[in-house]
Amino acid sequence: MNRTVRRAMVEGAAILKGLGVTARYLFRRPVTLQYPEQRPRIPPRFKGRHWLTLYEDGDERCVGCELCAIVCPAQAIYVKPAENTPEKRVSKGERYAEEFQINMLRCIFCGFCEEACPTGAIVLGHDFELADYSRQALIYTKEMLTEPYPGASGRDPRREV
Amino acid sequence: MTLVLEAAAKSALLAFLLLTATAYTVFLERRLLGRFHHRIGPNRVGPWGLLQPLADGIKLLAKEDFMPRAADRVVYLAAPLIVMVAALFAYAVIPFGPPVELFGRRIHLYIANPDAGVLLVLGASSIGVYGLILGGWSSNSKYALLGSLRSAAQVVSYELAWGLSVLSVVLTAGTLRLGGIVEAQRELWFVVKQPLAFVVFFLSALAETNRAPFDLPEAEQELIAGYHTEYGGLKFVMFYIAEYVAIITQSALATLLFFGGWLGPVLPGVVWFLLKTAVFVGVFIWIRATVPRVRYDHLMGLSWKLLIPLALTNLVVTSLFVV
Repeated sequence: MNRTVRRAMVEGAAILKGLGVTARYLFRRPVTLQYPEQRPRIPPRFKGRHWLTLYEDGDERCVGCELCAIVCPAQAIYVKPAENTPEKRVSKGERYAEEFQINMLRCIFCGFCEEACPTGAIVLGHDFELADYSRQALIYTKEMLTEPYPGASGRDPRREV
Repeated sequence: MTLVLEAAAKSALLAFLLLTATAYTVFLERRLLGRFHHRIGPNRVGPWGLLQPLADGIKLLAKEDFMPRAADRVVYLAAPLIVMVAALFAYAVIPFGPPVELFGRRIHLYIANPDAGVLLVLGASSIGVYGLILGGWSSNSKYALLGSLRSAAQVVSYELAWGLSVLSVVLTAGTLRLGGIVEAQRELWFVVKQPLAFVVFFLSALAETNRAPFDLPEAEQELIAGYHTEYGGLKFVMFYIAEYVAIITQSALATLLFFGGWLGPVLPGVVWFLLKTAVFVGVFIWIRATVPRVRYDHLMGLSWKLLIPLALTNLVVTSLFVV
């Protein structure tokens, strides 16, 4: 038989087989998650937006050591440390973070900051809906990052590190 | 006078129905492709996403209506019109069913029934090539020009195989009237009598309508969007409509030429015709969901080395049997 004809028949059979595969999928339930109505299941170790956690008594855990800023591969973190004084105690160490900013546009959610933190102050939470309308709005300040009450981020406030 | 009125009314109704059908073919394609790909597809606008075509239309109308500065204005504007009118023109001779009695009058479900109906459809589809070439040339862009030449080469190559396969059907039926061809299938559908012609017809129809796996005019990697690269907004819509009208035309023709048109038990003829056409549109989409795009030389090779010789052989054998 002619080579072209024989090849056409072999390839034609292959195409018919492929059509069978797609036809089977037509009658299966789609795997799509209808997102705003159906919420995705977040695994426990998911890395979402950051929180600066508090001790049970309301003191900040962050001691302004800047290890998170140093380890950050995307250089998304800025920490400005200040000294604790007897009149104004913010954290349990000698220093605390006067300013703490994370540029969420740069953050790659690697979790290195969490690993590096000696007091377990910075943790990555489960919130992944981080869209906003301006670049400025995505630089999270200390007020935005600090959890509103001890344990709000889901981290046990009694845990040591 | 009443005849002219009747024809005008039928044309207007047909144009409206066709454009609506086109919009919903796009919707059907997106929903079906979704299911073929194991996902859902557009379902947000209206119940089951049924208003999606409306939203698409508003979006396309609201788009910026630009024109390349160095374009040949008249030809640039005429090209999408030519393509769309040529695509719609074929419906003037496509019969949708047997005559029906309505308001005490016998109404034919076609606008015209010329002796050479099949030839008219062939001619109408080849006029569309002018639109492709002119659109690509008048845009004054190398990409559009190369894209239009490529599309034209593809359409012309497959028009040959397509015409030859239709000719075998015409020979078997003994008439060029589309209605006559349907009536000739009362005993046996032509897909059984002329299986080879059907295969050639169907593959060429896929290529003629620029459908996957032969959607080479839209090879983004090399030519962006081919001949309509420089078109946007409403003018792009016209090319788009033409493409989808062509899919419905080819489905309708496949039904008429090979699957007994409106012939069928129980249900009225029109319903059978529309059902069979819809199934073919579904098959077009099914194939798009399955087969990857072919390479350009394979596309040309398939037509010239396989389909045209096959169709010619089939034609010779058929004519031997008929005579």
